[in-house]
Amino acid sequence: MASTTRTPHPREKRIIFKNIDRPDWTNDIGCYLQDGGYEELKKALTMNPQEIVNEVKASGLRGRGGAGFPCGVKWGFIKPGGPKPAYLICNADESEPGTFKDRYIIHQDPHQLLEGMIISCFAVNARLAYIYIRGEFPEGAKILERALAEAREHGFLGKNILGSGFDLEIYVFRGAGAYICGEETGLIESMEGKRPYPRIKPPYFPAVLGLYLCPTIVNNVETLCNVKYIVRIGGAEYAKIGKPNNTGTRLLCVSGDVQRPGYYEFEVGGVTMGELIYDICGGLKPGRTLKAVIPGGSSAKVLSAKDRYKIKTKRPDGTMVENEIGLEDVPLDFDTLAAVGSMAGSGGVIVMDDTREMVWALNNINEFYAHESCGQCTPCREGSLWMKKITERMLHGGGAERDTDTLKSVADNIAGRTICAFGEACAWPTQSFVAKFRDEFVATAGTKGNGNGSTNH
Amino acid sequence: MELTAELQARIDEVITHYPVSKRSAALPLLHLMQEHSGFIEDDAVTWIATKLGLEPINVLELVTFYPMFRREPAGKHHIRVCRTLSCAMAGGYQLLDTFCKHAGIQRQGNGHGTHLHKSEDGKYSIEFVECLASCGFGPVCMINDDFYEAVAEQEVPQLLEKYQ
Ligand SMILES: Cc1cc2nc3c(=O)[nH]c(=O)nc-3n(C[C@H](O)[C@H](O)[C@H](O)COP(=O)(O)O)c2cc1C
Ligand code: SF4
Ligand code: FES
Repeated sequence: MASTTRTPHPREKRIIFKNIDRPDWTNDIGCYLQDGGYEELKKALTMNPQEIVNEVKASGLRGRGGAGFPCGVKWGFIKPGGPKPAYLICNADESEPGTFKDRYIIHQDPHQLLEGMIISCFAVNARLAYIYIRGEFPEGAKILERALAEAREHGFLGKNILGSGFDLEIYVFRGAGAYICGEETGLIESMEGKRPYPRIKPPYFPAVLGLYLCPTIVNNVETLCNVKYIVRIGGAEYAKIGKPNNTGTRLLCVSGDVQRPGYYEFEVGGVTMGELIYDICGGLKPGRTLKAVIPGGSSAKVLSAKDRYKIKTKRPDGTMVENEIGLEDVPLDFDTLAAVGSMAGSGGVIVMDDTREMVWALNNINEFYAHESCGQCTPCREGSLWMKKITERMLHGGGAERDTDTLKSVADNIAGRTICAFGEACAWPTQSFVAKFRDEFVATAGTKGNGNGSTNH
Repeated sequence: MELTAELQARIDEVITHYPVSKRSAALPLLHLMQEHSGFIEDDAVTWIATKLGLEPINVLELVTFYPMFRREPAGKHHIRVCRTLSCAMAGGYQLLDTFCKHAGIQRQGNGHGTHLHKSEDGKYSIEFVECLASCGFGPVCMINDDFYEAVAEQEVPQLLEKYQ
């Protein structure tokens, strides 16, 4: 319970986390209003909803929950004046290992989220909305309930909000410990009072057939907070932050083997992996060297410090040039992380130094996915468990050299063959760890195992 | 099953949050029942089903799926330790062992158990849970609804003392 000083680093650009850890800040509506809170809501209510959708489109904002889908495009799927009501759900399930950002918005700046949500509901004409918060945030749920009550008292929620004629109710819905509820269609099933079995897309895209089979927008907490900011400065101005197609700021959550782990906010692509680890997070522990980084939550493919990556960049004259760079030179934006074979994902950066065994690390991740598979699809339900059993016997004895290939083959037979993206999420760690650290897997299986597949611990 | 008037009122209020489908209140009602009784009794399953116009199996299948719902009482104080990678790198497994040692809990195996591990006097129960979304400040744990980060092993005895 060591107290951690969490003052922002000078290189940060804090927009969404502006109020986090501010010494003079409290999470009640009084403090928020004094700081100019709900001004963007007032502004938004004078705009035409379609105008707001257009500003969000122009901003280039990409979803912060994991997939990086353009927010304005998603909103555009909701057709004004359709026969069915539209709903909006804030995804506050924050359960991707390595990710810890939405927690702080909910606990310390709940009104920023509510303001972003109310504006978003107005934009897509949703009159009923929910915040799906993971069950393990009991205090967060209480804080949100209180913030909602305060917002209602001030006329920011309920009937005829600030005289605009727009009605909206928002309620908190608590999950109960299942990771798959973060997947948007699993989340919707859960909200309908069922097991959170994800739905198949197509046809069940939430924007078409979502909650109660009505058009539904599901957005991450951080994404919705950005909407408030877009209304303030306009989409075009927002698009100047970050890089083309990678606009705005990003909350990065750094954990693992660095001196100063924590949460940071930068312009998207504003820092490289090396700058993040060495300049911002104080470097590795003394005497250690960098071995591997998982850049976007545990589902993202691991990157090895030894690898070289070919990326294309644009010269000032517009021509493209291909460069070869090391892990430390990779700028942390959506497109570059995809180009080097991983993803920006949820913003959770897990750093591992040379003391870490890769079989151990993968086994820990495999146990997570084996526990969290919802069990609908055979490749995922069985495969996630097999992968865990194999890495476990590699670690504790009973592994065989062929296990390395078996692991890869199991993973290859999950990805692309399942109802939801959990299939990829559980296959990617195994595929990438085995590809990048093959020798270590072979050696661990060979030395510790007795070759007959039995475990002897 | 005896429900206090206050709980009844709370239940009726929560159901109004779901004007489109009462069934959506199943999870919220299970939370309220567990807060009230400490776990989900058979009677609670049938009670919720009747209240929401469902078959009991529609409610029971939620209890058996969602890890937070219990079919048996926990200890007076329930400890959850994060098992996942960043916390494991920071000593999460050792933290769980230390809690067990000081709370007098015998625990077998390191994975997820089907039933809870409890101390003999019933004061504490413990389980591993997956990532609690505070990975930079591991190892983290929850005791009841209270959250603790960067918990050092030597702090465990004084921490347990707060929960009598
Ligand atoms: C297995 C799985 C788990 C997910 N968990 C979360 C989560 O905890 N929080 C979240 O915001 N999105 C999560 N997502 C992504 C959501 O499905 C969805 O894409 C996102 O909430 C959309 O919001 P955005 O466009 O604002 O990012 C998860 C996806 C998958 C496949
Ligand atoms: S891929 Fe896995 S988690 Fe997703 S629906 Fe299939 S079994 Fe469930
Ligand atoms: S890994 Fe323990 S809180 Fe995320």
